[in-house]
Amino acid sequence: MSEMKTAAYICSGCGLGDKLDIAQLGKIAQKEGKMALVREHAFLCNSEGVQMIRDDIEKEAVTHVCIAACSRRAKTDAFHFPTAAMTRANLREGVIWVVAEGSEHDEVRQEMADDYVRMGCAELKKMKLPQGNPNTTLQKNILVVGGGMSGLTAAFEAAEAGYEVVVVEKQAQLGGWANKLWKRVPFKAPYAEPQDTGVAELAAKVSAHPRIKVHLNSTVAETTGAPGRFKVKVAQESGAVAEETIGAIIQATGFAAYDIARLPELGGGQANVVDQAGLEALAQAANGGMLKRADGKEIKSVVFLQCAGQRDETGQHLPYCSGHCCATSIKQAMYFKDANPDTDTVVLYTDLRVPGMGEDFYRSAQEKGVIFTKGKTNRVEAAGDGCKVNFRDLILDEDASLDADLVVLATGQVPNAGVNLDAWDKVVAEADGGSEEGKQKKSAMQKISILNLSYRQGPDMPQFKHGFADSHFICFPYETRRTGIYAAGPVRRPMDMLQATEDATGAALKAIQAAENASLGRAAHPRSGDLSYPIVRLEGCTQCKRCTVECPFGAIDEDEKRFPVFNEQRCRRCGTCMGACPVRVISFENYSVDTVGNQIKAVEIPDEFSEKPRILILACENDAYPALDMAGLSRTVYSAFVRVIPVRCLGSVNTIWITDALNSGYDGVMMMGCKKGGDYQCHFVKGSELAGYRMSKIGDTLTGMGLEPERVSSFEVAITDNERVAKFINDYVAQLVEMGPSPMKGFG
Amino acid sequence: MNDFNKQAVAPYHNNFLREVEERVEDGEWVKMCMQCGVCAGSCPLGNAWQHTPQKLFMMIRAGKREEVLSSDSMWMCTSCYNCIVRCPRKLPITHIMHGLAHYAHRQGMAPKGQPTREIARLFWNNLAKTGRVNELKFSLAMYFKDGFVQGIKNSLAMQGVGIGLIKAKRLNPMEILGGHKCKDKAGFRKMIAKAREIEERKLGNAS
Repeated sequence: MSEMKTAAYICSGCGLGDKLDIAQLGKIAQKEGKMALVREHAFLCNSEGVQMIRDDIEKEAVTHVCIAACSRRAKTDAFHFPTAAMTRANLREGVIWVVAEGSEHDEVRQEMADDYVRMGCAELKKMKLPQGNPNTTLQKNILVVGGGMSGLTAAFEAAEAGYEVVVVEKQAQLGGWANKLWKRVPFKAPYAEPQDTGVAELAAKVSAHPRIKVHLNSTVAETTGAPGRFKVKVAQESGAVAEETIGAIIQATGFAAYDIARLPELGGGQANVVDQAGLEALAQAANGGMLKRADGKEIKSVVFLQCAGQRDETGQHLPYCSGHCCATSIKQAMYFKDANPDTDTVVLYTDLRVPGMGEDFYRSAQEKGVIFTKGKTNRVEAAGDGCKVNFRDLILDEDASLDADLVVLATGQVPNAGVNLDAWDKVVAEADGGSEEGKQKKSAMQKISILNLSYRQGPDMPQFKHGFADSHFICFPYETRRTGIYAAGPVRRPMDMLQATEDATGAALKAIQAAENASLGRAAHPRSGDLSYPIVRLEGCTQCKRCTVECPFGAIDEDEKRFPVFNEQRCRRCGTCMGACPVRVISFENYSVDTVGNQIKAVEIPDEFSEKPRILILACENDAYPALDMAGLSRTVYSAFVRVIPVRCLGSVNTIWITDALNSGYDGVMMMGCKKGGDYQCHFVKGSELAGYRMSKIGDTLTGMGLEPERVSSFEVAITDNERVAKFINDYVAQLVEMGPSPMKGFG
Repeated sequence: MNDFNKQAVAPYHNNFLREVEERVEDGEWVKMCMQCGVCAGSCPLGNAWQHTPQKLFMMIRAGKREEVLSSDSMWMCTSCYNCIVRCPRKLPITHIMHGLAHYAHRQGMAPKGQPTREIARLFWNNLAKTGRVNELKFSLAMYFKDGFVQGIKNSLAMQGVGIGLIKAKRLNPMEILGGHKCKDKAGFRKMIAKAREIEERKLGNAS
């Protein structure tokens, strides 16, 4: 790499010139920041200002640029210099827009701006221009595991978008659940009649597609590698193994119906009680005519019991709602009404929920004369030639019963998500400990695994609530914690066929993105296009395994000597490994322990008599930093004693930054990250949780340093929290003022 | 009359709902109720009803024929139309209430002595005789509907109002002797008979 030449550009537009002493900022950049070149401009983001920077890069060989103007989130199109490393000192949103008006605040405002310029210059000197992951690949084809409605849709959509597709289906034919259905719920207006499933046509289109290869009677025996270079062994029933090289994977392995044998109180196991799949079989056998029971009797009355073994509060059955079952029962009641309007069809529900346009479908069933009764079923018993349903009528508030030839239980969807990784970890620990039983359990688990990933963190995707394959359900529903592997359809969350086809289309696009990004050596979501990647200095590594265990995306494997093996294509660049590493050997070219550490050290700490505390804010760049920017945008005033450093994720915060800051005399540290826990909003899923865990351990260190544990504090900040964030800051600053200056001042 | 009163009704099966659909004015709407309860919450007289419209609809589906038709609830409706305006499924609830009341009356199952039913009966009989409402006779019939002694008490209690009406020429005491009538009384009666015939045919009771 050529010689580093640094330059700082200080903008005086947007009111910066009125509120700040720009000449002083320039002096600081030159003298303290040691910038080779310092220029001021009245309107840096206009074409003239941008051209000035471009000219310097070209003619003056400037390689590193510090722009002291607005937030790094503003004017990104203007300040786009792909050949130079860049830092941004946030003087607008971070200083003049948030520091109180009036000349009495001039001093603290100027000090804040001075520090941000110092920090920008300090960061710049530790930065390198990211060169991109050199291990690029060109494999862009898509593997679809599961040939049901979701899988077929994903395969067809990806193929139509121009990508080669491989489909692996366990059964002898394509179609999955949809094959078992007589009709499906309508997708289009007027949402009145059950429709043909269309799965046969879709399967035929997939089978005949020139870009799709189908493996029937096959399972995935092993998956190694990373996006763009997955090696997948496809085991066929015959015992033969085909090997495919794959760009990205879509897991559309669907669901199984909850077993009605587990619902004996609702008649599960009785001859005249079936589940919804059982009724579809009867409808297929009737072929549009009167439906007959297994014993051949025509069905004159039928009762549908909703939420059978679902929304269960006792802990015995599924706690969740599967979403599709109300509409499915409505559809099935129509089978009877369409064959013979005199059939008694009762849907017994506690809450009828028909997502999407299902309300029209519900109304259509009412018009056909399906009776809907709000009631809670207590018991189903065999009676005479049929069943007797005992229930509580919730409208009339009385116990009631009704007789029917057939009872249909609307049971829920149980995802086919493979191995639960928490259980896997325990079994692996047992097996590694030499336990014979553990080894057996491990091999049994490998048999039920779907992807058989050879990843350090286990053979399948991590599961979220209730055994569904994880997805970032609040913000990015298609995203998973295994880069380049996307879950689609009911394996991800309970859903109906229309939702599954839409889900599959989305997953196909995500898979294409992942394969394309991998082939260009760039990161996938949420740092899509990022060229930096983790670089590890293995000679310093102590094989502590924290990075391999904590990586939220399972990107890091271990070699036989237990050194970490980074799979850059699997990495999302969150820096959680960097935050975890106790010996600090992991870094990115433009984001490292040093780039942040240098900023922390660059801040001038006033002495304990100045009554000017200094508080470091480490703010997650995904939500907290935008919230701070928006506080500026809305001119919400917060204390000028804080110094904000954006971080990729709170997970990337290395505790050395905290101890360094406190050692050098900061009075407190605020950590601002996304919501953690069950309904997390962390863009990297586990980052804020890991940060919370690490910070829970820092109290002892602080006490050891003779500091109050409150000097480090964590806050959950959502992107909409622009007003709350200012209150957090002001309250915390007030708390620290109350506490008095840090005893470490002057020792740094 | 028909034989519906003698048929057995199976709970939660179609029979009674079908009967209501076919025989009650606007009865075909009952199956469209989604049991949200907005009608029950909107009725200004809801507290006075034994069964709200929501419950009546559920009872019809549950096959509670006896209970529904002998209920006095639908007779309590004052036609304020709050429920119709608010029903998210657009059920003409007021009309269904009247339809149910009418049907119960014709089936001979409406509660005996229910005041609304009595007024309606007296009003109709009064009107159908001459084609005009004889207000004096109608008022007197109302006063005496619960017996002679009660009638005298009612009349004495109301005499001030009555005298006031006579003085203001709003009430003619001579009406007691037959009273005014429409021009073509025979034609009017024929018209009513025809209307009744058409209605019977519509309700499937044609003889």
